[in-house]
Amino acid sequence: MAEIIVVTSGKGGVGKTTTSASIACGLARRGKRVVVIDFDIGLRNLDLIMGCERRVVYDFVNVIQGDCTLKQALIKDKRIETLYVLAASQTRDKDALTSEGVQRVLDELANDGFEYIICDSPAGIEKGAHLAMYFADRAVVVVNPEISSVRDSDRILGLLASKTSRAEKGNGGVKEHLLLTRYNPRRVASGEMLSVDDVKEILGLDVVGVVPESPDVLSASNAGLPVILNDDSDASHAYEDAVARLLGETVPLRFVAEPKKGFFARIFGS
Amino acid sequence: MGLLSLFRKAPSSARLAKERLRIIVAQERNARGSPDFLPLLRRELLEVIHKYVNVDPSAVQITLGNEDGHEVLELSVFLPEAQRGV
Repeated sequence: MAEIIVVTSGKGGVGKTTTSASIACGLARRGKRVVVIDFDIGLRNLDLIMGCERRVVYDFVNVIQGDCTLKQALIKDKRIETLYVLAASQTRDKDALTSEGVQRVLDELANDGFEYIICDSPAGIEKGAHLAMYFADRAVVVVNPEISSVRDSDRILGLLASKTSRAEKGNGGVKEHLLLTRYNPRRVASGEMLSVDDVKEILGLDVVGVVPESPDVLSASNAGLPVILNDDSDASHAYEDAVARLLGETVPLRFVAEPKKGFFARIFGS
Repeated sequence: MGLLSLFRKAPSSARLAKERLRIIVAQERNARGSPDFLPLLRRELLEVIHKYVNVDPSAVQITLGNEDGHEVLELSVFLPEAQRGV
């Protein structure tokens, strides 16, 4: 039985693809059979973040339109044995994704023995975003501690609660999780940034992860290496914790408190 | 920074953000369950009312509620003082 997890946010640029890649890697590193799908038709990017852009021959839309088999389109990750990527198409045809097509591919992936299907949603609330969330069992809502991101996420929560298969069938709906990215504990402490608790309170969601703002995220995407695989990075540890929580483990939140300043730094500034 | 910052009270723009979000999110959640035609209905009603009475746009309120299992469309129009009893 495959579990379908959509990574979504409404607003663009908050870290959906970074999060999809890292969660997929994290689950696969624990031995799970994982496929991560790019739903951003026309603006393919997951392949770059995963570092497999030169190995894309067939894509998601090719499979839906029957130009190739699913097996031909799945790109096997070179680092983790149980991880596969399904790239988005670069077509400009907005209607390339169909509900029946997406369902057929998801069913086939589940039948092939994949345990987790991660759907990397495009920004916005158009068709791609709709189809990315429609068949989901769970949703990871990626939020920056910033006013427009929080508002857009709430809009997405409304759609998850009404425009998904689980919501329509009334079988408990989609389980939603909050994942904060670009979190800066220092700015939170000085009252310049919304805190985890603020965002949690406004959206009314449980927190599955808090990823601190880190230069490692950019270096990771530069290199095509999902940041979770950089074991020296705080962002990696934060994503690792998020994966553990998704799997039902109880892990205390890290990287939410301001690092302690020494006595001299406090007196003379930093 | 440095010595001065020990005494200066940090400005809390985060609190402002939270307040604004709380209000707008509550407002948008309220509107969420209601059918899409409500804003249009409100505008058209306002136009009709406007032909007879000079009311403020915010004076027309439409809410969709649920009473005893029935959906109730509630419309309230606040007439301006001078027009009353005309």
